[in-house]
Amino acid sequence: MPHPATVTLAGAVVAERIRGALPGAVREAADGYTVLDPARMYEAMAFIRDDEVLDGKYLVQLCSVDQVTRIDVVYHIASLAQNHIFEVKVPADHEHPEVASVAPLWVGATLQEREAYDLMGVRFAGHPNLTRLFLWDQFPGHPLRKDFLALPGGQKPGLSQFPKQVPGQTGGEFRPRLPGSGE
Amino acid sequence: MPLKSEPVEVNIGPQHPSTHGVFRMVATIDGERITDVRMVVGYLHRSMEKLAEERTYTQNIPFTDRMDYLSAINSNLGYCLAVEKLAGIEVPERATVLRVIFSELQRIASHCMATGAFINDCGAWQTPVMYTFRDREKVLDLIEMTCGARITTNYIRIGGVAFDIPDEFLPALDRLVNDDLPQRFDEYDRLLVGNEIILMRARDVGVVTPELAINASLSGPMLRSAGIAWDLRKADPYCDYDTYAFDIPVGYNGDSYDRMVIRIEEMKQSLRIIRQAVHRLTGGPHKTEVPLALRPPEGEAYARIESPKGELGFYVVSDGGPAPYRWHVRAPSLINLSVLKEMTVGQTIADAIVTLGSIDINVGEVDR
Repeated sequence: MPHPATVTLAGAVVAERIRGALPGAVREAADGYTVLDPARMYEAMAFIRDDEVLDGKYLVQLCSVDQVTRIDVVYHIASLAQNHIFEVKVPADHEHPEVASVAPLWVGATLQEREAYDLMGVRFAGHPNLTRLFLWDQFPGHPLRKDFLALPGGQKPGLSQFPKQVPGQTGGEFRPRLPGSGE
Repeated sequence: MPLKSEPVEVNIGPQHPSTHGVFRMVATIDGERITDVRMVVGYLHRSMEKLAEERTYTQNIPFTDRMDYLSAINSNLGYCLAVEKLAGIEVPERATVLRVIFSELQRIASHCMATGAFINDCGAWQTPVMYTFRDREKVLDLIEMTCGARITTNYIRIGGVAFDIPDEFLPALDRLVNDDLPQRFDEYDRLLVGNEIILMRARDVGVVTPELAINASLSGPMLRSAGIAWDLRKADPYCDYDTYAFDIPVGYNGDSYDRMVIRIEEMKQSLRIIRQAVHRLTGGPHKTEVPLALRPPEGEAYARIESPKGELGFYVVSDGGPAPYRWHVRAPSLINLSVLKEMTVGQTIADAIVTLGSIDINVGEVDR
């Protein structure tokens, strides 16, 4: 192995490499991660997988984070041969989050994308079988959204009852007020 | 007149002894061969990632016990490492060594269970699993002696471990690692590894190629059976694992038999690590003082460990508050199931059961 311990690549290093091949595919390079342009993310991901330097053959994990104004899909990608790891984020719209599926690139993304769809409601365009993974098909809403359901004692606004008992209630109408939105 | 056969859907599980909990496999079969497989999970989903957003960092540790309940200490460790990375907490020397001892003990317990259950799936009903349970019980006795619980330990804490070891622990550990378990593992070698029936049953069943293993993000014995020497204890060392001498067992064929042998060899390597760790036990505190309502600075951290099932990762996002803003678990049991279809289509039902047993899933971790 070239490195005895895993090296975490800085966002700028990854961004520079992607920019060299695909100008405009990188939106921002932060300290620990790189933010991709959602419109060009699939080609950027394909580049990451097949590039010699980045060598992202191994998709470590995929998850999503609700940032209230947007939903971030977070990918940790690693190279086993060169023993490095880096993080890539793709922002998506909060109301109707949709990003391209990376399941055609990595088989390991198939179940994780289904999980993210089930719990966060991110739609992955091009996924072979985008159905709910854990919850039943009629389940209203996506529970990991911050506006879904607050537990007793919680600070966030939530539903009065578990959604199953109240048919029309989905959680969307209990969205927290955003600062400066005037709602 | 030739016999006509039509595809039939068969439910394997969720209530079936071969499916390791409440895992359900819907297999379409044509005669005895499987032509399509659909997995149905979620029967044990407890929404831990949502619940954790309402609890403090310390209160979340018991959730990790209940994910992979066969290796609770390893799950505790992964979570605590992620929070420590996020908050920049140093761990005392003694606590690091105790973490190594207990996570290796837990690895032995988990692999005992995996090996026994795998032989069970091969058709040797109940007897071998009783042998491996006997050894697992002895390991659990030591864990119980220290933290009072056998399964859901809640032992590793942020900044150290919950309790120091009692006086009678080290003599008991010495008997176990130097006398009892080596004899038992020799017995496994004689009983299982060279056993012709197991060779005939598990060789070339559920083969994964190295390319598929990497592409499908497999980890743990699944990845190593395909011939890739990837163990996070060596590749991305935590708890000073890089200073211990041990080997990574690697398979050749990527089949179910290789995975069983790798688990048995890993148990022997765990004994080696424990023997070295005992000599490193120094005095000093077993825990640093950490505020109960810990407020890590705003940011995110991803920490990963080599759990018995594979790469167990924790992605923790903090907004500066007392509860995690987001908490995601990279569950090796779930991701190792990505190749279930590739492995089982074309097999007979009996082989599919062996294949599933060799993946060693834990439904508590698949569903979370």
